[in-house]
Amino acid sequence: MNPVNYLYLSALLFTIGAAGVLVRRNAIIVFMCVELMLNACNLAFVTFSRIHGNLDGQIIAFFTMVVAAAEVVVGLAIILMIFRVRHSASVDDANLMKL
Amino acid sequence: MENLIGVLVGAPLLGALILLVGGRALDRLGHWLGIVFATTSFAVGCVLFADMVGKDAEERALHDHLFSWVPVEGFQADVAFQLDQLSMTFVLLITGVGTLIHFYSVGYMEHDERRRRFFGYLNLFLAAMLVLVLADNYLLLYVGWEGVGLASYLLIGFWQHKPSAATAAKKAFLVNRVGDVGLSIAIMLMFTTFGTFAFSEVLPDAGSASEGQLTAIGLMLLLAACGKSAQVPLQSWLGDAMEGPTPVSALIHAATMVTAGVYLITRSGEIFNGAPAAQTAVVTVGAVTLVFGAIVGCAKDDIKKALAGSTMSQIGYMIMAAGLGPIGYVFAIMHLVTHGFFKAGLFLGAGSVMHGMNDEVDMRKYGGLRKYMPITFVTFGLGYLAIIGFPGLSGFFSKDKIIEAAFAKGGTEGWILGSVALLGAAITAFYMTRVMLLTFFGEKRWAGAPDPQTTPDVEPADGHPAVGAAPHPHESPLSMTVPMILLAFGSVFAGLLFTVNDTFLNWLEPVTHHEHGDSPISAGVVTGCTVTAMVVGVTIAWLMYGRSPVPAVAPRGSLLTRAARRDLLQDDFNHVAFVQTGSYLTRGLVYLDHKVVDGMANGTAAFIGGVSSRMRRLQNGYARSYAVSMFGGTAVLVAATLLMRAVA
Repeated sequence: MNPVNYLYLSALLFTIGAAGVLVRRNAIIVFMCVELMLNACNLAFVTFSRIHGNLDGQIIAFFTMVVAAAEVVVGLAIILMIFRVRHSASVDDANLMKL
Repeated sequence: MENLIGVLVGAPLLGALILLVGGRALDRLGHWLGIVFATTSFAVGCVLFADMVGKDAEERALHDHLFSWVPVEGFQADVAFQLDQLSMTFVLLITGVGTLIHFYSVGYMEHDERRRRFFGYLNLFLAAMLVLVLADNYLLLYVGWEGVGLASYLLIGFWQHKPSAATAAKKAFLVNRVGDVGLSIAIMLMFTTFGTFAFSEVLPDAGSASEGQLTAIGLMLLLAACGKSAQVPLQSWLGDAMEGPTPVSALIHAATMVTAGVYLITRSGEIFNGAPAAQTAVVTVGAVTLVFGAIVGCAKDDIKKALAGSTMSQIGYMIMAAGLGPIGYVFAIMHLVTHGFFKAGLFLGAGSVMHGMNDEVDMRKYGGLRKYMPITFVTFGLGYLAIIGFPGLSGFFSKDKIIEAAFAKGGTEGWILGSVALLGAAITAFYMTRVMLLTFFGEKRWAGAPDPQTTPDVEPADGHPAVGAAPHPHESPLSMTVPMILLAFGSVFAGLLFTVNDTFLNWLEPVTHHEHGDSPISAGVVTGCTVTAMVVGVTIAWLMYGRSPVPAVAPRGSLLTRAARRDLLQDDFNHVAFVQTGSYLTRGLVYLDHKVVDGMANGTAAFIGGVSSRMRRLQNGYARSYAVSMFGGTAVLVAATLLMRAVA
């Protein structure tokens, strides 16, 4: 199978993720979409690694996973705290930091 | 002997310090302290003079180096005094007339509660003037020059509760300042040209500079002289300066301070000798002022202002003589000294008349005073005869010599200057006769006292008549009449004393280097013309004011008379040329400042403010819109990178 197809899939996933981040209000969904974008990147890294025949991309994919795991921990904690305080998980409700 | 020069200057300086710092504790004997210090200075001057006369002409100059003021490599400013024949002449005039006027002031200022302060200022003036004439370099001369300006400001504005006096003081200070700028520029030019400003180095070396440099220095010195000596175009302060007490007018605005300009030009003779253009400017200024002052003097009804016009005119004679070069310097100084005597006498006489007339200054309200003030009448009369150049009196000798020197200038210039000087002599005779006739002759014109027998001759309880009360003329106290008598002696005999055997000429010759000019007409003819001019002036004045009665209210007069009453429109000219132009300029600059300078600053601020208040709307607090801009930015960056790669 032509590896370029994986790149198309990666781009598709990234676009879906980005669109989700921009249009959805629920913080959990937005968060999941961010994860989707991260994994789309991982897929692109791995694909390039395959195309070019070296392991650099795969190593970077591992790093991304670690960073994503840490991010999930911190991010979910923040979302949980916001939900407790404001009884809402909508990202538009957390708009106090404007002029 | 050298050390005495310091005492000469130090005594009045110490006096001023004690009197001004001492406070009210000295109120009761302050004036006597002032007199002691002034007299000390005069006595020291006499001792130095006696010592100087005993020496040979070439060895007479004394030099006293006190201390280095600014000892810097390449810039050496010293406080050092130099006493030569020229300075000596001034020292005797300043301290002599000054001391007499101190005595006179005791009586004149008797009812003034600030008399101590007045004497402090008088002493300060003496000290400053002595520094001016004794300095051995131009920078120290400048110190004295400024000191004289300060003292004159304080004294003109002495009755500061009168707004007119306060204004006059400010006016004198400002106009003098214009001249002072000239002197400071002259000193700077001297420093760049010669690298020094000591008399002993600049003056003998004047020939080494180019004519252009000397002309520039000379013109700046002339500007300075115009300011201090009230010459056209900086003459406007002198008339208003009569707001000061009369002794001040006599001391500062007749006998000493206004002569500083003549001193400056005579002292800088070597510079002017090398700059014919500057000399022409000097004689022009002198000749114009000579006629200008005389015309103003003809129209004034205020006795002091008439005398002020006369002072301006007489100083014009001196400046003109000084501008003639080596043929005129000696006569400029000689006229200066004789003028110092008779003009101080005339002013003190005017003060005495005012003292007896309730401070009335309008001559049209005098008349027939000779019976009431015999001593004032005689001394004033002798001063009058001296100033109009009555043969045998001092003014005759000195003025005649100047007119002779003016003719001796040669060429068309000589004829013009000589004629102007003769015309001036005729006008001088006219206005002085007018003053004399209006004040001492004719019918009595003061309020309600045509017949002295019916007027109750009772002094008010406090000894000082209330203002506005009918005056009852009386002779002034001895402290005032004695100085007038002494000055009258000077007015009568000084000229003769100076002229016999050319005493004065030989005395000053080592300093000013006299040359005898060849006059196109003989000395006898010049003298004849001078006397004729005087007789004509006196006759016209007698026909106008002696034979026919004088109206107590001034008639409207011709156009020239009305202009002369307004000081020949000098203030109007200054107002239009400088005050209005200046105020338009400042208004324009204020407009420019508001609209352009502030406009730029405010405009920038408003622009930034406007832009940022629009930019602020981007910060709407919605995380998703931030995400959009982040994605948009990233997309733009990626697109740009790809584009660059494609192009490269």
